[in-house]
Amino acid sequence: MTSSPDQGHVAAGTGGVATLDPDEVRAPTARAVPWLRIAVIAALIVLAVVLAYVRSGSGVVVVQAVATGILIGGVYGLIAMGLTLIFGVLDIVNFAHGSFLALALFLTFGLTQAGLHPYLALAVSVPAMFLLGVLVQRGILAGAMGKPLENQLLITLGISLIIENALLLFFGANPRSVALPGDRGVPIFDAVANLSRILAFVGALILAGLLYLLLQRTRLGTAIRAVAANDTGAQLVGIDTRVIYAVTFALGTACAGAAGTLVAPLVTIEPTTGSLFNIVAFVVVVLGGMGNVVGALAGGLIIGLAEQLGGIYLPGQSPLLSVFIVFVLVLFLRPQGLFRRSA
Amino acid sequence: MTTTTAASAPETAAGKPLPRLPWNRHLLAIAVLAVLLVPLPLILPPAQASVAVRVLIFALMSIGWNMMSGFGGMFSFGHAAYFGIGAYTGAWLLVEHQVSPWIGMLAGMVIAAAFATLIGFLALRYKLRGAYFALATFAFSEMLRLWATNSDFVNRAVGYHVPLRPDTSWWWIQFEPTSPNYFWVALGLTVIALVVSVQFVRSRAGQFAKAARDDEDAAAAIGIPVMRYKLLAMALSAAITAVAGAFYVQYFLFIDPDLAFGSSVSIQAILPAVIGGVATIWGPVIGSVVMGPLNDVTATLLRNPPPALEFLQGRSGLDVIVYGALLIVIVLLLPKGIYGTIRQRWSRR
Amino acid sequence: MTLLRVDGISKSFKGLRAVDDVSFEVTEGSILGVIGPNGAGKTTMFNLIAGALRPDSGQVHLNGKEITGHAPHKVTAAGMTRTFQLMRPFYSMTVLENVTVAVLAGGAAKRTARTTAAELIERVGLGRWRDALTEGLPTAALKRLELARALASKPQVLLLDEVLAGLVPAERAPVMELLERLRTEDGVTLVFVEHIMAAVMRLSDSVLVLDLGRVLTSGAPEEVTRDPRVIEAYLGEDPHAQA
Repeated sequence: MTSSPDQGHVAAGTGGVATLDPDEVRAPTARAVPWLRIAVIAALIVLAVVLAYVRSGSGVVVVQAVATGILIGGVYGLIAMGLTLIFGVLDIVNFAHGSFLALALFLTFGLTQAGLHPYLALAVSVPAMFLLGVLVQRGILAGAMGKPLENQLLITLGISLIIENALLLFFGANPRSVALPGDRGVPIFDAVANLSRILAFVGALILAGLLYLLLQRTRLGTAIRAVAANDTGAQLVGIDTRVIYAVTFALGTACAGAAGTLVAPLVTIEPTTGSLFNIVAFVVVVLGGMGNVVGALAGGLIIGLAEQLGGIYLPGQSPLLSVFIVFVLVLFLRPQGLFRRSA
Repeated sequence: MTTTTAASAPETAAGKPLPRLPWNRHLLAIAVLAVLLVPLPLILPPAQASVAVRVLIFALMSIGWNMMSGFGGMFSFGHAAYFGIGAYTGAWLLVEHQVSPWIGMLAGMVIAAAFATLIGFLALRYKLRGAYFALATFAFSEMLRLWATNSDFVNRAVGYHVPLRPDTSWWWIQFEPTSPNYFWVALGLTVIALVVSVQFVRSRAGQFAKAARDDEDAAAAIGIPVMRYKLLAMALSAAITAVAGAFYVQYFLFIDPDLAFGSSVSIQAILPAVIGGVATIWGPVIGSVVMGPLNDVTATLLRNPPPALEFLQGRSGLDVIVYGALLIVIVLLLPKGIYGTIRQRWSRR
Repeated sequence: MTLLRVDGISKSFKGLRAVDDVSFEVTEGSILGVIGPNGAGKTTMFNLIAGALRPDSGQVHLNGKEITGHAPHKVTAAGMTRTFQLMRPFYSMTVLENVTVAVLAGGAAKRTARTTAAELIERVGLGRWRDALTEGLPTAALKRLELARALASKPQVLLLDEVLAGLVPAERAPVMELLERLRTEDGVTLVFVEHIMAAVMRLSDSVLVLDLGRVLTSGAPEEVTRDPRVIEAYLGEDPHAQA
């Protein structure tokens, strides 16, 4: 089940997917890009868009939904990339991911209050979250490496409770917001999107690209992928896995940090904002295949769309509901993610 | 039969008496504890008595969670679903149809058990394990929350207020706000839940569920229909947690989607068991006793903070921070929980 | 009389035929040894017969009743129990509890289950470990536990997946004696996968040789082990040398 470290897969654990007979002889797994699968998914998305048009009867509504969905989807992708990276390498289901994002939101809020341009806050939030990631991994999670999955889950849950409620304690529950200087509506075909939304999307894609390059083209990235594929093996060839675990976790939280700053102008900033993103990120991670970094980005776009189109299908219901419906279907029908071959 | 084997190990222990089973001792302990606790609300000042009731609600939720996730080994991150179903069924029947909360409680148990069986069937049918299973249970409880928030059928985000009655009544579970009766009802329900969990674990079904938790394939190989007993554990677990929800509504007289189905409710079902000891009879109870009063202590602290923390006056969140820290410390240092660790030291078994 | 009949079962994984058209019969009270090089499909075949995997084609009959693709617990209820190559105890339980739960699964009354289990434990020679947790038990003890647990369901047919593997020679003899006793005293029919040739030669009435998922040959132990194809399948490692 362990994939070779290529194609942006950092998947390691067999996770919860049922495996077949242990002495089964495995057919060689081709790791080529699954074009057919991508085509099917694309066709399904087109179908979903067409159905949404039929349901709403309004082109503008659909175009607006698609534009909004893709734009926010890019940000979801970035958040989920961090989460899936952590899962792939450390085998941790990180419930604290959203709270790191919330922390970055408040950090960005604080810095803009001090007069900094929101996007310049990236220069602070990303390193700060990276550093915090190192501290959390070394200080807390390292003690539970290799323990049952529930233990890690509970620890990250504890971390998220602490961060979220520390924010509540110090900042109170009042919603806050960050204004982007010069923010305005930008027409896209018949729809309108805020400049801040577009910039968040572009920023997320750039950062996702950088992360991908880091994983694929640098020595550090190779080491991370090696640890993901086989940590004992990596240790044998002289990679210090403790460092890699810490760095990977920190890279993941840095993603959450970057995403937090990018979305700061788009959302109401509350201590619980992060947990909403956390939920969506889990969905995206499962959709993309746990541990699959490229899949996370693609999954982010799909979930962004599902959320917006779902608003058309199920008027009056929360857009999150459609996200969960997609989630449950994927969990049951393709727990290995949309892009991986079935076991 | 015992004499015929040639494959005897060095020291056979033929005729060695069978070890005693702990179940009757557990039942005795429950009975003693129940009797000792009955006068508690008469002794405690009202504020502390309400803390005691909260402890019992925690315990009920967590006894339920422990049955599925501890003894059954299926880690639920969505017990809010069952708590919420219990709470909403009771509230809906009471407010919309003037049905006694006792009946509402029973109905909530049945619906929660049915819902758990459905989720369980799907999750087991599609072989979800570990993180995937936990995420699926979480997804279902969140779906219920979103549905309740946006459905006129259950009053949307407003939820339900329990109408106050002019008189006090056992049938409607309504008493003076400071009445010890609330404590006694909660105590009774908790004792029943504890007895049910002892009887479940010692029963054939409970033993099969434990075997299936330890090794599903090996359990099937000795003839255990694994799916059936896992579903049974889930259904029982859901029903017990639903009781907590139904009682919660009667005690606090109010429920809304976040209080019923919020993810913090799921966490409240998990924490006592983890702190006290997962897959032990007493773990959830001990964990609740640790957790319940924390809320009160921190609230008092924030109401009159020491001078250095003046700026925190009137804020909230400290209690949950302590829960979080406690959770991390317990998982790292006492992964078997307080009771689990003590039991292990005690009997080296 | 034929107790277990397997007709042309096959199973493919990703286009690779792990078990390919395997047929054989086992008479009541007999012992069938299954041998073959690593990857020959022995364990997969066990999984197909015991219901852990569903065959792509072919049938399995037990006692004249078809059990093809029945769930594992139903196969056990029908009278055929399997053990696992890698020992799989219920880790949270003591040896006694492990066997007790198996006795209960076999339908025994709760009152007598523990006594029955204790007797079974004595019988397989696990007495001194009876009240120990399975964690940390030596391999030999765990193998016996697998046996005791399987016997608890009172099987007509016992499918044993390498019960002797991992045992030092001194530990093997008593287990082999036990297996013979199971046949003579309890009338249990045995099908066992084994690498240790001496055991196969000593215990089996007949031997089935699998290679690359197919039946290479079958027959009496002496004939089969002299068959040049069998020797070749083991790639020069003379099967007799393993003993």
